[in-house]
Amino acid sequence: MSINRREFLKVAGISTILGFGGISAVNSLRRNCVEASQVMPNPEALVAKRWAMVVDMSKFKTEEDYQRCIDACHHVHNVPNVTANPKHEVKWLWKETFEHAFVGNEDEYLSEEIKHLPFLVLCNHCDNPPCVRVCPTQATFKRKSDGIVMMDMHRCIGCRFCMAACPYGARSFNYRDPRPFISEKEENLEFPTRMKGVVEKCTLCYERLAKGLKPACVEASKGSLIFGDLEDPNSEVRKILSSRYSFRRRPELGTRPSVYYIF
Amino acid sequence: MLEKAIKGGSRYWVWIFCLLSVIGIGFIAYLYQFKYGLGVTGMSRDVSWGLYIGQFTFLVGVAASGVMVVLPYYLHNYKKFGRLTILGEFLAISAVIMCMLFIFVDMGQPLRVLNVILHPSPNSVMFFDMLVLSGYLILNLLIGWTVLGAERKEVPPPKWVKPIIYLSIAWAPSIHTVTAFLYAGLPGRHFWLSAIMAARFLASAFAGGPALLIILALIVRKYTKFDPGKEAIQSLGKIVTYCMIINVFFLGLEFFTAFYSQIPGHMNSFLYLYTGLEGHTKLVPVMWLSSILAVVALAMLIFPQIRKNEALLAIASISTFLSLWIDKGFGLIVGGFVPNPFERVTEYWPTLPETLITLAVWAIGFLVLTILYKIAVSVKEEVVFDKYGEKQVQTE
Amino acid sequence: MYNGGKIIIGLIIFVGLVTYPLWNNMGKATVKPDPKIDTPEILKLPEIDRKCVEAKSYMKTEHMKLLNEWRDTVVRNGEGTYIGADGKKYNMSLQNTCMKCHSNKKKFCDECHNYAAVKPYCWDCHIAPKEKET
Repeated sequence: MSINRREFLKVAGISTILGFGGISAVNSLRRNCVEASQVMPNPEALVAKRWAMVVDMSKFKTEEDYQRCIDACHHVHNVPNVTANPKHEVKWLWKETFEHAFVGNEDEYLSEEIKHLPFLVLCNHCDNPPCVRVCPTQATFKRKSDGIVMMDMHRCIGCRFCMAACPYGARSFNYRDPRPFISEKEENLEFPTRMKGVVEKCTLCYERLAKGLKPACVEASKGSLIFGDLEDPNSEVRKILSSRYSFRRRPELGTRPSVYYIF
Repeated sequence: MLEKAIKGGSRYWVWIFCLLSVIGIGFIAYLYQFKYGLGVTGMSRDVSWGLYIGQFTFLVGVAASGVMVVLPYYLHNYKKFGRLTILGEFLAISAVIMCMLFIFVDMGQPLRVLNVILHPSPNSVMFFDMLVLSGYLILNLLIGWTVLGAERKEVPPPKWVKPIIYLSIAWAPSIHTVTAFLYAGLPGRHFWLSAIMAARFLASAFAGGPALLIILALIVRKYTKFDPGKEAIQSLGKIVTYCMIINVFFLGLEFFTAFYSQIPGHMNSFLYLYTGLEGHTKLVPVMWLSSILAVVALAMLIFPQIRKNEALLAIASISTFLSLWIDKGFGLIVGGFVPNPFERVTEYWPTLPETLITLAVWAIGFLVLTILYKIAVSVKEEVVFDKYGEKQVQTE
Repeated sequence: MYNGGKIIIGLIIFVGLVTYPLWNNMGKATVKPDPKIDTPEILKLPEIDRKCVEAKSYMKTEHMKLLNEWRDTVVRNGEGTYIGADGKKYNMSLQNTCMKCHSNKKKFCDECHNYAAVKPYCWDCHIAPKEKET
């Protein structure tokens, strides 16, 4: 039997594709290791339909009040302090002045006090998050149970589309390996670090909520940050929001942010 | 037909060697980037997309521009483009490969690239971009190879190619529309949040791509025995002229909306690019260069006496291409990130490793283009010669 | 053979490249991996309780799959508790459950991974327990 080179290559190519395709198909049909009956949510976890935070500006008095919250967050989550290049900084929770946090409100006649008042800014865990809409792998996704905009560091391909989409500049990218910038003394051994090439941001301390604890910044704020379920009429956040004037960052964009500010 | 690419004169092999050296150096630069992370580029927390994505955006336009030659020939029987279509299709293949490479080198975790396929996300424009680009590559490979193969055997191409060609004609604008959608749907970036983003992209693509094709056709005519045709090149010149006019007009529309409304969010990026913002002026000379090149190009293209002169047409095409390359491949992307969501300015400029990697990807594109063109030209030279072995002059 | 010289030389180079792992490792002694489970944390437990979340044979073959599924369950589904084969409840965490007992990554995890030339990238992010130099 004679076969010419072209025919041979065609047969070889198709067999290879079918072979690999067949193996992957068989693998994907294999049973899972973990049955649904074997897992359950932590019994002590805090639950809500939609977590929200209120930043009570009247309770923040000193520089230390702010720094305590920021340090608590960055310490618990091994957020690196990238001193080598400010362009590569990573931050989950930080301070901005009024005119930078609430763009469009620039006014030279604004009261001096407000002009210099530091506002804590973080990921707003929007109810209609543009970052989730654009992620091509669902590495960032909105948790169905409680509305937290999560990060799956294992799946992130580092395309940074979410960073372009976020109107609040809440996301940071690991432009380099973060580990040299996490001091050994302050490392939290119970939480992972990230590696270079993935995006990170505040994840509303989902790991603490799973243990029944409030987020690190809320705990460190000693009452300046109020945390609760926006869809529970009896929660602390609802009580505050119904009694005082509150505002959010860039609400006109339709993102429905969950972080409120009150004076 | 591939064997035609390994037969060539000394000039051919010197060119291939130069390309391979640039690729080699860029590859080493990429290994450096792979090891240390994207921090070796000029990107920052504020400007999170830079030269790589800019080049990708520009090259999707070049890839889509193949339709400008394919549509008149296959849909409207414009016979003059008969010898250009294969050059357009092969340019599209080379451009799409460059696009995919630019995406790859821009990723923070490139080894996880298959996640886009393993976890399909129809809500994400980037997912669709991956689909349409891959589809376009396959379409052009299939069409180009089949039609060229048929021409080599001196038989008409098989009937099933026709519907696929029609599909590629519809597909081409879609790849660039989807790319425009990457930018035009982001709520926080007012520089990009424009309904005419896709229209601008298509206009600049259909000006820049044919401009490059004119230059390539002139090079092919100079260095080989194959002549794509004087009239075909003139028709391309007319296409570049009108599309460049439309492109500049669209830019004017954007300027009007921004500056007549006086909304800072819309104005700030333009101010940064063309006048500088808060003392930051790194991109101002570059953007003005792009504008001057555009004016020069239009001045040369609009007047038929100048356009008919092929040497001047070549200069006008180069000017068009460079102007659009700066505007779309750099200014548009960086401008969207400046100022940042806090109205602060962080500037961006590519670093040396970033530049070397970019050059290497362009060299890979040119290598693919050279090989494909060598095959196409070798086939055409054999077939399109008349029986006296003379160069084909003015056929239909 | 047409172009016979080039083909034979090409074949020799090809065979050489493909069999490189074989003749490069010839003569090198390889020791059978011996992962140690005598960490201080395990030894503190009474013998009855020295059990992993699943049986040893199961963990040997399926721990990679199990960890992948734990990862998706915790991060993506928000469920953190695992009910093991013996009905006991565990917190699904590599750093805080697995490594609490198997605190000797070098003498446990790395033993088999090095032998099989596998480099799982878990440790790029998940902090491995500090080991005493013994």
